[in-house]
Amino acid sequence: MAEHRKHMIDKATGTETTGHEWDGIRELNTPLPRWWLWMFYMTIIWSIGYWIVYPTWPLVSSYTSGLVGWHSRQAILDDLAALREQRAALVGRIAATPLESILSDQSLLDFARAQGRTAFADNCAPCHGAGGGGAKGYPNLNDDEWLWGGKLDDIAFTIRHGIRSTDENTRMGSMPAFGRDKILSRADILTVADYVRSLSGLTTLDANELAKGKKTFTENCAACHGDAGKGNREVGAPDLTDQIWLYGSDRNTIIEGLMNGRGAVMPAWGPRLDDTTIKSLTVYVHTLGGGQK
Amino acid sequence: MNTDLLERQSRANAAPIHDTETGSDVPESEPPLYAARRKIYPQSVKGTFRRIKWAVLVITLAIYYFLPFIRWNRGPDAPDQAVLIDFPGRRFYFFFIEIWPQEIYFFTGLLIIAAMTLFLMNAVAGRVWCGYLCPQTVWTDLFLAIERLVEGDRRAQMAADAGPWTTQRVLRKGLKHVLWLMVAWWTGGAWVLYFADAPTLVRDLATGQAPLLAYGWIGTLTATTYALAGHMREQVCTYMCPWPRIQAALTDEYALNVTYRYDRGEPRSSVKKSEQLRLAGLAAGDCIDCRQCVNVCPTGIDIRNGSQVECIQCGLCIDACDSVMQKIGRPPKLIGYDSEVNLERRLAGESPVQKIVRTRTVLYAVIIAAVGGIMLYALLTRHAFDVSVIHDRNPIFVRMADGAIRNGYTMRILNKRLEPRRFAMTIDGVPGNVIEIVGLPLGAARIVEVGPDQSREFRVLVNSYEYAPRASSPIVFHLTDMESGEWAQAQDNFRAPERPK
Repeated sequence: MAEHRKHMIDKATGTETTGHEWDGIRELNTPLPRWWLWMFYMTIIWSIGYWIVYPTWPLVSSYTSGLVGWHSRQAILDDLAALREQRAALVGRIAATPLESILSDQSLLDFARAQGRTAFADNCAPCHGAGGGGAKGYPNLNDDEWLWGGKLDDIAFTIRHGIRSTDENTRMGSMPAFGRDKILSRADILTVADYVRSLSGLTTLDANELAKGKKTFTENCAACHGDAGKGNREVGAPDLTDQIWLYGSDRNTIIEGLMNGRGAVMPAWGPRLDDTTIKSLTVYVHTLGGGQK
Repeated sequence: MNTDLLERQSRANAAPIHDTETGSDVPESEPPLYAARRKIYPQSVKGTFRRIKWAVLVITLAIYYFLPFIRWNRGPDAPDQAVLIDFPGRRFYFFFIEIWPQEIYFFTGLLIIAAMTLFLMNAVAGRVWCGYLCPQTVWTDLFLAIERLVEGDRRAQMAADAGPWTTQRVLRKGLKHVLWLMVAWWTGGAWVLYFADAPTLVRDLATGQAPLLAYGWIGTLTATTYALAGHMREQVCTYMCPWPRIQAALTDEYALNVTYRYDRGEPRSSVKKSEQLRLAGLAAGDCIDCRQCVNVCPTGIDIRNGSQVECIQCGLCIDACDSVMQKIGRPPKLIGYDSEVNLERRLAGESPVQKIVRTRTVLYAVIIAAVGGIMLYALLTRHAFDVSVIHDRNPIFVRMADGAIRNGYTMRILNKRLEPRRFAMTIDGVPGNVIEIVGLPLGAARIVEVGPDQSREFRVLVNSYEYAPRASSPIVFHLTDMESGEWAQAQDNFRAPERPK
C-alpha cells in the first residue's frame, strides 16, 4: 500500500525522498531539470500556433481557415498539378506519336506502360482483373485471342467506343438466344453444343450426332462464327476452335449460351478518358502479351 | 558502484543528519520536483589529456569542414565529389565506393560496427567516445574556448556574472554570441555541402541562388549547434543522451575509467596538515581538497564521488590534479584511468592488474572483425550489375489460343557501371520455351541495353509448348554482359495448370 509520509533524507544516498512509500520502499526525489518543464510549456504554445496558422475550429456553418489558407484538398491538387507539369513533356510526345511508333521507342513505351498500368487499375480492373486476367464473361487480355481484334488500332477503338455501349460507333453484334426465342429445338441445341466442343478437340457425347450438329451449325451459327468456326472479329464472334473460352468449355455452359444468347457490354471510355490515357491504355493492354501486329 | 566508497562519501560529505533505521525527518517544506540548472564555469587546464582533446578537436573539425571539398574523378557523367549523399540521384559516393539504395545493408553493417566499437572502447577505457570524440563534446569544447577568449577564464566570468551589467560586459557577451553564431552557421553550412556539389553550392549560397531547402537546413543546424554547444552543453549528456545509461550497464570491474584513487587520496586534509600527520607517522591522504578537479570539470561534478552518470571521462580532472600533485611534490595520477578491480586490489595490498583480453572485449572484437569482414567481402565481390525478376501476380499463367502456357515476368536490370551495357539473356528450366521481351521484335536476339548508372525494367513473356513437369517449376533467368562476360542470374517459378490426367 502506498503511504504518504513526511519526506526524509535517504540514508544510503543522501538524497531527499518524496515522502511516498510502498511496502517500505521509499521514492527518492531526483528533481527534473526545470528546462524540461519549459519545453513542455513551449510545446503548448507551439500548439496554439497551429490554431492560428492552420484550419482548426469548427464554426456553425464553416470553420476557421487559418492564416496561410492551407487546405488538404488544395494540397493534393497542387501535388497533382506538379506531377502533370513534370510529365508534360512525355505526355506531349505520347499525344504526338502514332501508336506503332510508341512501341518501338523504349522510353515512350516505358512511360506509356506505366501510365497505362495506373489507368487500367483505376478503370478496367473491376471487370478485367488487376493484371487483365479476366473472369468468366470478361476476356483475359493477356492471351492472344481477341474478340474484336488485337492490333493497336482495334484495341484503341474498343476502348474508345466500347462494346454494345451507348456510343453511336460502338462495336455491335450479339449471339441470339436460340433456345429462348424458339429458333432451335432443344434437341438441336444439344447436338450443336456437342459439335462445338468437337471443334477444339473436346470429348463429345455421341459421335454419330456430330454430322447433324454440323448441319445445324452451318445453317444457324456459321453466319457469324464462320464455316470452320474460326469466328469473325467484325461482329465479335469468338473463334470456337482454339483453347480459350470466354464463358467456359463445359457442355452446360455452351448450352446456356445457345439457350439464352450472349452479349456482354463494355462502356465507351472515349468521353471519360483523355486521348493520351487511352493511347497509354492501348499500349499497356497490347503489351500484356497478346498484342498483334 | 563500490558501496564502501558510497558510505565513505556520505559520511564525509553529507551534512550531519540524524541517522535512524528509516532515515531522518526533514522538517522543511515539500521538496521541489524541478531543479534549476546550476551554471558551470569550467576552468581552463593544461596537460596531456587537454593536448589530446585539442588534437582530436582539430582533426575531427578539419575533416568535417573540409571533406566535402575533396574531389574524386569518376568520369564525365558522375559527380566528382569524394563524399556525396546524392538524394535526387539516389546514390551515396564515398571515394571509390558507390552505394545504391539496394545496398543499404552496408549502412546497417556500419551501424553494427559503430555500436560494437563504442562497446569495445567502453570495455577497454570507458567513455572514450563521450570524452574525446562525440560532436557534442568537440563543439562544446570549441564554444568554451571562444567563451574564455572573450570573457576570460572561470574566475573572470564568475566575477562578471555576479556584478552589474556594465557596457564592457554587454559588449563581451555580445561578441561571444556573435562568434558562437558564426561557428554554428559555418557548421550548418558545412552540413549541406555533403548533399550537393560543394563548390557550386557555396557559390549559390553566397549569391542567394541556392535552393530554399539548403538555407532552411543551415538555419536549423545553426540553431541546434548554437543551442546545444553554447547553451545546453552538459545538459545534453546528462538528460538527453541515452549512452550514459547504456554505458553504466555495460561497464565492468576491469574497464579503465577516470577514477579518483580514494585509497591514496583519503583522508583529505590541507598540505600542511598532511605533512604533519606523515611526520607523526599517521595516515594522510594525497588529496588536499583544492577542488581543482571540480573547477575544470565541464559537467560540474566531483570525480571524488566515484563513477557518475554525468561524467564524460574527458580526463581534464587528471590534468588538473597532476599539476597540483607536481606542485606539492606528491606522485601524479591521484586521479587517473583506473579500474574498479585495481582499487580493491590496492586496498587489499595486492599489485594492480591490467586485463584487456576479457570475454566481452574478445566478443566485441570478433563481432567487429566478422561484420567488417563480411562487408569487405561483399564490397569486393559485388556485381557491377544485378538482375531481379518478379512473376506476374495476376494472372498466374495464361493459356494461349494454341494451348501453350504463358507466364509473364517483370525483370529489372541494374547497371552500376558508368557506361551503357548490353546483356544477353537466356532461360533455363522450362522445356520448349519461347521467350518474348516486350519492346523487342519477336524472334530477335534477346539482347537488352541498360544506360549508364541506371536500372531498367523489362516485361518478359515465356511460353511453354510442353506441359511443365509440375504446377510450379523453377526457371532461371541468366544474363551475360556482351563485352566483359560478367554474368548474373535470378530465379523464379514457371506456373502451369496441373497436367491433365
